[in-house]
Amino acid sequence: MQTVKVLVTLKPSLLDAQGKVVQDGLHALGYNKVEGVRIGKVIELSLADDAANVEEQVTEMCQRFLANTVIENYDIEVLP
Amino acid sequence: MSQMPRFGVVRFPGSNCDQDAYHVIKDLLQCDVNYLWHAEPDLKRSDIVVIPGGFSYGDYLRCGAVARFAPVMDEVRRHAERGGIVLGICNGFQILCEAHMLPGALVRNSNCKFICRTVQVRVESSDTPFTSHYAKDFVASIPIAHGEGCYVADADVLAELESRQRVIFRYTSTSKVDSDGNPNGSLNNIAGICNEGRNVLGMMPHPERACSTLLGSADGLILFKSLSMALHAAK
Repeated sequence: MQTVKVLVTLKPSLLDAQGKVVQDGLHALGYNKVEGVRIGKVIELSLADDAANVEEQVTEMCQRFLANTVIENYDIEVLP
Repeated sequence: MSQMPRFGVVRFPGSNCDQDAYHVIKDLLQCDVNYLWHAEPDLKRSDIVVIPGGFSYGDYLRCGAVARFAPVMDEVRRHAERGGIVLGICNGFQILCEAHMLPGALVRNSNCKFICRTVQVRVESSDTPFTSHYAKDFVASIPIAHGEGCYVADADVLAELESRQRVIFRYTSTSKVDSDGNPNGSLNNIAGICNEGRNVLGMMPHPERACSTLLGSADGLILFKSLSMALHAAK
């Protein structure tokens, strides 16, 4: 089995309202040095051993479905 | 001969405004209406397709992201490409964006809250089958109920929407559009947009919940009345 981790995050140009609220929470706990919080999601994919062109395939999955490229960026990490 | 359009209301698992839309069309407009089940690629000869609000497929991954794969959606897309009328309300708007039938996307409200209240939206164009019975600049009281209704699009898309009068509804608090009336942070106060052919409309406010003065407002009924006359206008 091959494992691929996809990290989907809101584009930096967009306000991450959720991140802002979490940042306020951290400040309330006294972590005043926190200057920014961005929240994304991790999608872990398990692919068959014989799956070929894994990175290319997962990029296509991100483009077509896993990320909305109007609002989100994605990073792909093929785990060893 | 007068011809009333036949409506279809799409039902996904998680749709929850389907019955409100059905009620308005059947009981108030007195038009033919059928539910369209998501798994069946059949529009039942509908002239007008309504994609109602709700949380289709639990809004998993992103709002509307999964609904676009439903068999019925291929038919909805073909219907729109033939010039057929499609109205997406709330989750329906999110689905139309995810299906690339409308540009842009809807992200979390800027205040991070689910907002459920009546807002004022200004009708920016009467030149659509959805708004033909509104006077331009009419300010309608219509409820919103969403957590992800902040409309975003890149600068080119926004410029295109504005220059082609494709912004159909804008949040406002007075007759002049002002930022105070913007409940969710939408760019340019956008509450609803149409496609290039002006036959596909997505809007976050719920006109089907504003169809009776007894329940607060009947301003949404004007949209459905416009639709009931849409086939005449097309002839």
